[in-house]
Amino acid sequence: MAIKIKLFANFREGRGKIVEMDYTPGMTGQDVIDSLGITAPEIAALIVDGVDGKVDAMLTIPIKEDGYMAIFPPVAGG
Amino acid sequence: MFGYMGKILRVNLTTNEITTEDLDFELAKKYIGGRGLGTKLYMDEVDPQVDPFAAENKIVFINGPLSGTATPTGGRYMVVTKSPLTGCIASSNSGGEWGAYLKYAGYDAIIVEGKASLPVYLSIDEDKAEILPALDLWGKMVSETSDMLKEKQPGSKVLTIGPAGEKLSQMAAIMNEKDRAAGRSGVGAVMGSKNLKAITVKGNLKPEIANPDGLKAVTKECRTLLKENGVTGGGLPTYGTAVLVNIINEHGVYPTKNFQGGQDPDAEAVSGETLTEKYLIKRNPCHHCPIGCGRWVKSDKSPDGIGGPEYETLWVFAGDLGIDDMEVVIDANYWCNELGIDTISAGATLAAAMELYQRGYITDEMLDDEVILKFGNADSVVHWLKKMGNREGFGDLLARGSYRLADFFGVPEYSMSVKKQDLPAYDPRGIQGMGLQYATSNRGGCHVRGYLISPEILGLPEKLDRFELAGKEVWAKVFQDLTAVIDSTGLCLFTSFALGAQQYADMLNETLGTDWSAEDVLLAGERIWNLEKLFNLEAGISSEEDTLPPRFLEEEMPDGPTKGWVHKLDELLPLYYKERGWDEDGIPTEERLEKLGLL
Repeated sequence: MAIKIKLFANFREGRGKIVEMDYTPGMTGQDVIDSLGITAPEIAALIVDGVDGKVDAMLTIPIKEDGYMAIFPPVAGG
Repeated sequence: MFGYMGKILRVNLTTNEITTEDLDFELAKKYIGGRGLGTKLYMDEVDPQVDPFAAENKIVFINGPLSGTATPTGGRYMVVTKSPLTGCIASSNSGGEWGAYLKYAGYDAIIVEGKASLPVYLSIDEDKAEILPALDLWGKMVSETSDMLKEKQPGSKVLTIGPAGEKLSQMAAIMNEKDRAAGRSGVGAVMGSKNLKAITVKGNLKPEIANPDGLKAVTKECRTLLKENGVTGGGLPTYGTAVLVNIINEHGVYPTKNFQGGQDPDAEAVSGETLTEKYLIKRNPCHHCPIGCGRWVKSDKSPDGIGGPEYETLWVFAGDLGIDDMEVVIDANYWCNELGIDTISAGATLAAAMELYQRGYITDEMLDDEVILKFGNADSVVHWLKKMGNREGFGDLLARGSYRLADFFGVPEYSMSVKKQDLPAYDPRGIQGMGLQYATSNRGGCHVRGYLISPEILGLPEKLDRFELAGKEVWAKVFQDLTAVIDSTGLCLFTSFALGAQQYADMLNETLGTDWSAEDVLLAGERIWNLEKLFNLEAGISSEEDTLPPRFLEEEMPDGPTKGWVHKLDELLPLYYKERGWDEDGIPTEERLEKLGLL
């Protein structure tokens, strides 16, 4: 079973738009970003299985077996 | 006088009289400039009950004390008048170069009054200001008008309306540098109602600075903060505001098909990442701007380059219409610029029309069997924009905006608008604070009056729970007050992703020789907000209009990460009024007005 990691803006550089990773029980966002070489301070917004929240808290939540993450660097506009 | 040029140009189009008046420095400092001072100057002279298209209405074109200085982004200007779209105070902001050049021409503001008997344009070259014939310009698109005026007035910057303004569309914009827009609230139509086609400005004057070395140091500090910030130094320069498409979509608050849904599986096609990868030629910064979010892009129809679309424009001509074609968006953006019409309101009106067609209110016969206004029909976009801008056939009804369109069919609830101004690219059901801001914005449906997207979605300055209600009234007030300040300085709102109230106070203090704290500056913002509210109340806009379309209050979001939610305005609004020091009916109390120096 693979989980999908959606990457945006400059996080795509050298990584691509979507990265698939093998699911391991109990894996968290922290595990994902460690394997992608992204650090928590670089992340402005994070969605795990459709739920968003403060980045540090979201990184500790276990991802579902068929789940996904969406990771954003600082972006804005208006 | 420091910072300001100390001069207001008064132009009476009825009598052809042009006079120069002194700017009251104390009044200017109380309201800062731009949006604040412009509103005060306007309110001191115009009856709030005025018909926006009457000769008695006036228009104030005004820059800020930081416009034309070395401060980052110091070049914006405001157009202040009564909106023909909403009946509220219209304070429409634009970037580019024109605002700074008004300063270099020697003026803080132009007050236009009366009505010319034939089309004219105003030419300003320092002490030489003239009202000149514009019969050869009337009817022309924005680009052609701008090119002709640059030939007549070499070295000038050009502000102009297009056919939409001439024909009094309630969504008409005022354009400068061809693709910069004072877009919202129909200000272009007020200019058109006066037969004023354009204003050219030229000059080499510079404002005097109270503490030039101090301003240099503060400017350097602010530029460093902007450069080091991930948004202003990274995301925005690289991707433009288009970078918002994917993040808003992933949160399930990207409105699709007139806000019938909140997520678009094809949003990537019109995203900032796609725009950068496939269409971008270069950044297109405004005057003195180190951020450079503006885009210069190529397309099939414009291989050599054209002004590129912003986020709201991308959303409204793609997701909101059920289309996912970047070429369509770029072309629609171009035609809105040429016709001089607000992209948000124009696109939102097409979306409302498409829903009315979906529900059987608009028929093929009404459209003269022309291109059908159906969600997903890419051919309909530019076709009906042109009809709208020129008020031809069914386009005449479209030109009035989504509210008047839907109301014509007896179903105003299908207009996604507040106070008749069309809502922008964020569904409030999934962003409770933003929804409160939409409902209470003094100019109607608007995102920039208090961009709560920042904390609720983007995590700036901190991440808030977007569904939570607690504290949102506090955030809304702070954002609204600080925004009013920035809009009054001549700077760009995007500086606030990196700068705080203290930096704005510092820049103003070094320029003007004042000694303001961050709290003083925020108090000025609150003063400006309340001033606008007073105008609206006197214009007959009651607090009953501090509301949202029924869709957001009654219909649960049907899909995506925001599924199941409605907006809880009835719980938030009383808290907001209390936070503002207003009574239960949303009327500013005497006590609060006295504290703000408005009594």
